[in-house]
Amino acid sequence: MKKFTISPPIAAVILAVVLFVLSGFLPNSFGTDMAAASNQAVNIIRLSVFLGIIAAGQTLVIISGSEGIDLSAGSVVTLSAILTWTIVSGKDANVIPALIAVLFVGAFIGLLNGIGITFLKISPFVMTLGMSGLITGLVIVANHGNAQGRLAPIMTKVIGRPLIFGIPGAIIIYVFFAIIMWLILERSTFGKNLFAIGVNRVTSKLSGVNVTGMVLATYALAGALSAFGGFMVVGNTGVVFLSLGAPFLFPSIAAVAVGGTLLSGGKGSYFGSMAGALVLILISSLLTTMQMIDAVRQMVLGATLLLLISIYGRQRGFRQ
Amino acid sequence: MKLTRFQYLSLRYPYLLAAIIFILALLVNFYFQKSILEPNTINNNLRVFLPLVLLAAGQSIVILTGGIDISVGSIVSIVSALLATRVGLEGAVEQTLIWFGIALLVGIAAGSINGFFIAYLRLQPIITTYATSFFFGGLALFILPQPGGGIPKEVAEVYRTSNPFGLHWAFYVIPLLIFVWLLVRQTRYGRYLFAVGGKAQAAYETAVPVNQVIFSTYVISGFMAALSGICITLLTGSGNPQIGDPMTLQAITAVVIGGTAMSGGVGGVAGPIMGAITLGVIKNIISFANIDTWWQTFVNAIIIVTALAAPGVISLFRRNKP
Repeated sequence: MKKFTISPPIAAVILAVVLFVLSGFLPNSFGTDMAAASNQAVNIIRLSVFLGIIAAGQTLVIISGSEGIDLSAGSVVTLSAILTWTIVSGKDANVIPALIAVLFVGAFIGLLNGIGITFLKISPFVMTLGMSGLITGLVIVANHGNAQGRLAPIMTKVIGRPLIFGIPGAIIIYVFFAIIMWLILERSTFGKNLFAIGVNRVTSKLSGVNVTGMVLATYALAGALSAFGGFMVVGNTGVVFLSLGAPFLFPSIAAVAVGGTLLSGGKGSYFGSMAGALVLILISSLLTTMQMIDAVRQMVLGATLLLLISIYGRQRGFRQ
Repeated sequence: MKLTRFQYLSLRYPYLLAAIIFILALLVNFYFQKSILEPNTINNNLRVFLPLVLLAAGQSIVILTGGIDISVGSIVSIVSALLATRVGLEGAVEQTLIWFGIALLVGIAAGSINGFFIAYLRLQPIITTYATSFFFGGLALFILPQPGGGIPKEVAEVYRTSNPFGLHWAFYVIPLLIFVWLLVRQTRYGRYLFAVGGKAQAAYETAVPVNQVIFSTYVISGFMAALSGICITLLTGSGNPQIGDPMTLQAITAVVIGGTAMSGGVGGVAGPIMGAITLGVIKNIISFANIDTWWQTFVNAIIIVTALAAPGVISLFRRNKP
């Protein structure tokens, strides 16, 4: 008998659609008002953009295997948001330099992670955890709790508001971003090597892959992507604070897992992470609409997550 | 592969580096705080360190088999919330003791949930315990929405002030833990732990009951988390539904500083206990060295990263020597 299978990203998207339609039946939801429904849908997708972009770096690192994980993503988001905020300081002309600066800073932090992991043989979990503490400490030292700065009007216009045909600029950026991620993962040597080292580092080394270089590049790229996430987040929120990035950290890992990327590495896709981010945002906004108290909301979120990964996040048993 | 002497020693004795860092931290602490060796100060310190020590000990068993448990902090929170609401400041002593027992059962139950999903449904530990940490954390908030309540003062005072034979309870608990671990390590179960952590597939093929072993480690971790929750409630005397949140990552750091590899199969319980105490000592150093408040987080992180990077740096230099 042929086993019926469905790929995790598609399952996640279907789940998101079903959840969204069901959410229409809630007493204080959009109901039969189609305009309100499409507004709501666009809004949820827009909210998922930020988690989705931050999950991109996480996806790369997790695919690279050997317990790869980036726990510094949250603090890189905070750092890059604060840097953007201070560098831009209200001038449109400063936006591009700020973007370049945060990408470099993010890549540098990622590179440090990579160096610790490859040369000092520190496990990724601990290395990035330590790095996260360092960055948080650095942010506190650097601005003593009150950063001076302001957003440029163009950032709010492009990221926060509808840009073309009522579609928010964030979503348009997200589409281009997704295409670039797809090219990197599926259509480049880097991507091929990434999956190869995720499956087995020894065999890839023997087949001529520069494993050390790949790991360094992956973590650096992940850092830059998280920094880009921070840039986008600050463009949306318009304010910065010390705990801006932390709430994105574990959801970014969860999004990757829900999207069917194996946490042990070597298998996965960025579309999965995008779908995962969408599902997570949808569930949490659903729970907010249902006006549950915070405690119950947390419990339901945990239980749903557990259910989701039970469906297709299972590893192989020993017998197979 | 030829090993350097240091690598050989650290493979033979995984606690070696933990011990070096521990002694170093103690010396620095002694420099800033001369009273560190007085029995009173030691008692005070260990009283504060004990919850993290227990948590790290439980976590180390999980990490030893190649897993990770990031729900321990929220189990601590559940216990704190449970004790604060069910016993209360006015409760009787017997009632408190009964609820201590129930709290331990709750810890075991929470650990069983983790273990069931990870060992029998074969989910990935990090994401599973992340999901359950939401569940447990929500439960703690549900039981006790805001910090408040507490346990009877006379029970808390036993933990806070009484020092049997001049030493605090921690002095008896910690060696007991290490002693139990040394015994367990000799048993068949102890060997299983290392076998599963080394290579689970190979362990399975040599008839090790891998799933049962993995399940048991999460139960132990849940139990130790509950114990840690009881300790921290005794220490503060009051309930806080989010008290455990920062403790999870601290416990994991303690385990790694204690020489237990995240990939499993190397280490033990004694090292992480030293690691947990080291983390406490580092906090002491920072507060006694009069470091500017703004710099404290940074300095703390620098010390911890240095401690984690030290073995790698040493072996890097060794390798480069002709």
